[in-house]
Amino acid sequence: MSEDITRITLSNGLLVLLKEIHTAPIISHWIWYRVGSRDEPCGKTGISHWIEHMLFKGTPRYPAAVLDKAISREGGVWNAMTYLDWTACFETLPAEKIELALSLEADRMVNCVFDPQEVEAERTVIISERQGNENEPLFRLGEEVQAAAFRVHPYHHEVIGDLVDLQTLTREDLYQHYRTYYVPNNAVLSIAGDFDTEEMLQRVREHYEGIPRGGDPPRLNRIEPPQQGERRVTVEGPDDTTYLLLAHHVPQCTHPDFIPLLILDSLLTGPSNLNLFGGGISNKTSRLYRALVEGDLAVSVYGGVGATVDPFLHMITCIVRPERSAEQVLQRIEEEIRRLQDAPPPLEEIQRAGKQARALFAYGSETISNQAFWMGFSEMFATYEWYLGILEKLAQVTPEDVQRVAQQYFLPRNRVVGVYLPQKVSLSQN
Amino acid sequence: MPSTSAALSSAPRNSLPGVDDITRVELSNGIVVLVRPNFNSPSVVLNGYLQVGSLFDPEEKLGLASFTADALLLGTRSFDFNTIYERLESVAASLSFDGGTHVTGFGGRSLAEDFDLLCTLLASALREPTFPADRVERKRAQVLTGLVLRSQDTAEMASLTFDEILFAHHPYRFPEEGTIETVQRIAVEDLIEFHRRHYGPRGMVVVVVGAIEPSQAVAMISKHLADWQNPEQPSPPELPPVRPLSETTRRNVFIPGKSQVDLVIGSFGPSRTAPEYLSAAIGNNILGQFGLMGRIGDAVREKAGLAYYAHSNLSSGIGPGSWTAAAGVAPENVQRAIEIICREIERFVQEKVSEEELHDSQANFIGRLPLSLETNMGVAQALANLERYGLGLNYYREYAERVRAVTREQVLETAQKYLDPNRLAIAIAGTLE
Repeated sequence: MSEDITRITLSNGLLVLLKEIHTAPIISHWIWYRVGSRDEPCGKTGISHWIEHMLFKGTPRYPAAVLDKAISREGGVWNAMTYLDWTACFETLPAEKIELALSLEADRMVNCVFDPQEVEAERTVIISERQGNENEPLFRLGEEVQAAAFRVHPYHHEVIGDLVDLQTLTREDLYQHYRTYYVPNNAVLSIAGDFDTEEMLQRVREHYEGIPRGGDPPRLNRIEPPQQGERRVTVEGPDDTTYLLLAHHVPQCTHPDFIPLLILDSLLTGPSNLNLFGGGISNKTSRLYRALVEGDLAVSVYGGVGATVDPFLHMITCIVRPERSAEQVLQRIEEEIRRLQDAPPPLEEIQRAGKQARALFAYGSETISNQAFWMGFSEMFATYEWYLGILEKLAQVTPEDVQRVAQQYFLPRNRVVGVYLPQKVSLSQN
Repeated sequence: MPSTSAALSSAPRNSLPGVDDITRVELSNGIVVLVRPNFNSPSVVLNGYLQVGSLFDPEEKLGLASFTADALLLGTRSFDFNTIYERLESVAASLSFDGGTHVTGFGGRSLAEDFDLLCTLLASALREPTFPADRVERKRAQVLTGLVLRSQDTAEMASLTFDEILFAHHPYRFPEEGTIETVQRIAVEDLIEFHRRHYGPRGMVVVVVGAIEPSQAVAMISKHLADWQNPEQPSPPELPPVRPLSETTRRNVFIPGKSQVDLVIGSFGPSRTAPEYLSAAIGNNILGQFGLMGRIGDAVREKAGLAYYAHSNLSSGIGPGSWTAAAGVAPENVQRAIEIICREIERFVQEKVSEEELHDSQANFIGRLPLSLETNMGVAQALANLERYGLGLNYYREYAERVRAVTREQVLETAQKYLDPNRLAIAIAGTLE
């Protein structure tokens, strides 16, 4: 993968990353803000995600209906996403139309109106989005497990926010949040595709450099204290299926142990892709698939670890077979973890995980949108250099490293066990 | 560091696939192979389909075609389950099968150096699956759990119920995955027999896109599949005609404990090969997709604030299609959402769309084509569609012209032909009040 990128910080603090790729007449433009649910105090949960929605309500220059149509008319795609640590908006367009993305993103960085009526209309839309999530048992279980895992740190709540806050947040709360965090000195612009770097840089300056720097965004420095013992949560619901969600506290991406933890995760539940756009492979040869699915304890098992600024969680999710219990599945997982703690895994297994990671990286950087994504995404929790070096670091992991992180992090006192218990209400039709 | 682009700029720019860069070869046993090289990334995508699907399912064993497809990789005469997945996963390759209504699809991906492995396993799974009993039982448990989850999924249940209403006298009313009762009836012998009778090379299509020379790709496919024969392979079954509803028909499915209700409203749509398909597709874009979910999104989400999602969808394949609007709303807003959507459907069949709406959607269709063809997977799906619907190898090159030829009158005529506001199917699933 080419390391050939241009990296420049504008006078207002905006970090710009550019990468020329001439394989298709397409440009992908991403603006990343260092703000997410991690920056939300109690009472204002869900506010960053709500801002993301409001960014689509337009500005005096680009009213909502005009924005949508302008992108769609050019055959582009655009969307936005909010996560624990960041918010990103992207447009991928035919190369000759990229002016539109530059112009509208620079504009909505400062000129969103937050019309009170639109805020109210969006309130019901977001509550509806939350209700849609609540229809999924795994959302409800995940929300409780996360809350149990983080008593202090704002990773405590889901990105979508708590219903009570969605009902009470005001237009002023939203506008204040917008002006505080969505400023050039808290943003990264990543653009990849069919352009000339000098020319693109000039255009970026024209659009973005006039936006005034904001104050330094405040951070909630509420570090989660080490967990002192196992925590268990149960969620009941009117379904027929039992889920087990097992979460262990693990360090953040930039911590040296994160790399052996990626290998450990790969051995346990199969290789996962840090890229949100996924595209993984099956995990039928992973240790937990063999133990749980082949052992007729679970219908499926998957797992993964997130790329985050602060320490987050490694999660293992299982659908329990109807005739089995979550406790039986948990015991079997514990046996597999113990195997890794008792003896270092074979070197071949680690080398295999390395090859899998290389292939997933190749798949995950296939498109221009992916390339632009990775430049900005990696800057949200580490740096682009971290991303470029990850395969090499994975190749250096030893069996003893994997054993050590299994011993250090995969302990009962460091985990949350979440179980979704069905209440067996039968389906009826009228 | 300043950027230099010399290394990459010599690579060919992706133009739209066409007759001069798609290799199409028909093997003597009827398999059609389509290849388009792309050396911009080191991976290769393989996909395609066979002429076998749930239309062959006996009514008491619905889900048989789908189960058979799911079970092909459980073991073969040459490779057992562990060997198959050990080989695939060791090199981060993937391969899977999916049984549909008319066809069974397959898809896989690998690094270019591992492409022969994909071909080997594809051929082995198709030609010599063994359906080992213990693994079939484990697969059945997974399928049954999937069906239980489906029965509690509001969107899926609304969609299934919609098909039951609209296609009441047509095989499309049956779910491809079957039901809990019918899947429990399927024995290993049924899988073996279904495979023996229905799987064959005639009508099979294999598409290869990625870092491989066309001649090499064709040679590898031929090596593994050119001598495959099945004299018993049946022709695709005839479909009966659909019967229009006599009046708007509404059915509720109660699912306890859900915060949101999903609803599906609509009627028939054109098949993919119908002359009016493109008029319908563009009309549908205006009705419920363009921008933030078209007119329906604007009315239900933007103006009324009732739903996170509200859009329309045109589903067109070999047989009769369906044309639907769908939304997820709070239980107390169901009636209002239905009224708003029905009003938009009425307007859509009464008045021509505006010049501006038509031009916007035409520009959208033309402009987004290169983006949809950016990935190997996107190109592979596009090539499979060319073959499946007989569109011709130059379809994507001529696409802009075809799209621009659609008129406001055609959009209206097509809407009137398919969408009758007095004969709609309405399916609702959730914790209804």
